[in-house]
Amino acid sequence: MGANLFNNYGEAVAMILFVIGFGNLMLQSNLIKKIIGLNIMDTAVYLFLAEKGYISGRVAPIVVDGIQSTEAYINPVPSGLVLTGIVVSVSVSALMLSLTIRLYQRYHTLDLDEISLRLKKEGL
Amino acid sequence: MSGEMEFVQNFPCFSIMFCMFAGIVSSAFKEKMARIVNVAVLTLNILLSAAVFLYVAKTGVSYVYVMGRFPAPWGNELRIGILETGLALFFCVIMLLSLLGGRHKLVQEVEEGKQGLYYVLSDLMLSSLLALLYTNDLFTAYVFVEINTISACGLIMIRQNGRTIEASVRYMIMSLLGSGLFLVGICMLYDLTGHLLMSNIKMEITQIVAEGAYRPPLLVTIAIISVGLAIKSALFPFHAWLPDAYGYSTVSSAAILSSLVSKGYIFLLFKIIYRVIGFDVFHDSKIVNILFIFALMGMVFGSLSAIKENDVRRMIAFSSVAQVGYIYMGVGMGTQVGMVAAVFHVLSHVATKSLLFISAIGLTDVSGGSRKFIELTGSGYRNKCAGVAFSVGALSMVGVPMFSGFISKLLFSQAAVQNTVKMLPTLIVLGISTILNAIYFMKTVIRIYTPVNDREYPTVAWRDNKVYAAVLFCFVVLNILLGVCSQPIVDLIESGLMMFA
Repeated sequence: MGANLFNNYGEAVAMILFVIGFGNLMLQSNLIKKIIGLNIMDTAVYLFLAEKGYISGRVAPIVVDGIQSTEAYINPVPSGLVLTGIVVSVSVSALMLSLTIRLYQRYHTLDLDEISLRLKKEGL
Repeated sequence: MSGEMEFVQNFPCFSIMFCMFAGIVSSAFKEKMARIVNVAVLTLNILLSAAVFLYVAKTGVSYVYVMGRFPAPWGNELRIGILETGLALFFCVIMLLSLLGGRHKLVQEVEEGKQGLYYVLSDLMLSSLLALLYTNDLFTAYVFVEINTISACGLIMIRQNGRTIEASVRYMIMSLLGSGLFLVGICMLYDLTGHLLMSNIKMEITQIVAEGAYRPPLLVTIAIISVGLAIKSALFPFHAWLPDAYGYSTVSSAAILSSLVSKGYIFLLFKIIYRVIGFDVFHDSKIVNILFIFALMGMVFGSLSAIKENDVRRMIAFSSVAQVGYIYMGVGMGTQVGMVAAVFHVLSHVATKSLLFISAIGLTDVSGGSRKFIELTGSGYRNKCAGVAFSVGALSMVGVPMFSGFISKLLFSQAAVQNTVKMLPTLIVLGISTILNAIYFMKTVIRIYTPVNDREYPTVAWRDNKVYAAVLFCFVVLNILLGVCSQPIVDLIESGLMMFA
């Protein structure tokens, strides 16, 4: 178990980062810190995919020197997944940031709990 | 692709594409045009889904639609069975009705110039829902889950006030937590099996389980995916965002969000249980028990919160928490019968919750726009259609015979009797929850039919808004149809679940 953890330290780091990001997104009350947490979380998944997708000694599957054996190349799908994931995470972060701007303009604070408190007082 | 393919088989792909292109094109159109395109696309989708439904019902087997030219382990696929097309048809009908029923409020509540965007968002929403229903590829499912989240967020915040923006931020945060877990779950599954297509993953998993290898990672993966989707569909402890999001957004959004969006995720979970992990493996993992406990808690606490609520829209929203609990209870029983009950309750809840939201708006409109119960007194007389429709919805939620809610409660209790361990808790909580439901829904129905004389609110007849009245009529008919002709529908669900495996 311990040896496996050491051999797969990249995956372990990715999971730790994921938990850090997840915790930040869930527990921070500052909206910007939440968005940072979101990005850490997503990046951790990409690290996990990249770490899993790479096999040392092999190269990207682009044939330049005529070697066609699958043993020479890595699987391109994880890299593709990372790219797709990045696109999704960029759009989601942009949406979150724009919502944050809206809330800040209205309430002049980034603290989500305080905003909720004020909304309760407004009693809309 | 083989040459023998029938033209009908293309329709699911077409309907997803139509919605998406309609959304893209509508963003350049004026409001009126966007609205027309939206209605046209929805109608077209109803026809296409009905055609596919009839085709699959006739052949009696599901089929796989290959997207592009890459065959099974590499390419992207859609998979179409009776349950998928049936739900697609049902979702399109409900979406059309919800949009038509809330249109007059949309004009009042959303700024001039932004109403066109509303139709863009609902087109995108429909395309993502259809893709979630049809897709056979897990990563595609993830991408459409995110598209769904983004458009749902837009549907909440299109009515601009502090509450809705805060609600959409909270919704977004919860959804992102859920989809983050879902994503990492998919990556771990890919890592374990080397596939992204559902059928291929299932083959690998069957082999892994038979060999007894990778037990802890598989367990963690199943747990992460289930919890991620449970968060997104607002299972009990994760429902904090829900009352604000459903309570303050414009009424069509509330109806669409409560009835369709959460069900899209639930259906994805059903698909994952049957088509990715395998029903027996999922059942043996004991994750079902956790879902079961949360579901039971949700059924009680959701109803308790609804009783305490003094705002009719928020009350209906809290009732959704309880109803999602019912669905997860069916999943949590871990039997086929329980799953059939859960799927039926999806249908029943979709039909009833949108009816309740749409009819509640008619009642609040004749009470000076106030949603407080004290103002609603006697509103059932001031707007007769909405009053009757609301009562039908309420009776269905409580589980009175003739309406859809009764059948789902019957199916749940039948399923409970077959499961010796979970029988007692299920039946007790079902009983408690029914009583609690009756308390807050009957309280509302009695309230709207209590005559008052000292109020100076206008009276609205059905002629004043014919579309609204027609929509309510359709909803009521749908509800009674589900309640009266339940047997063929249950048979269809059973055969659909059989096709899953």
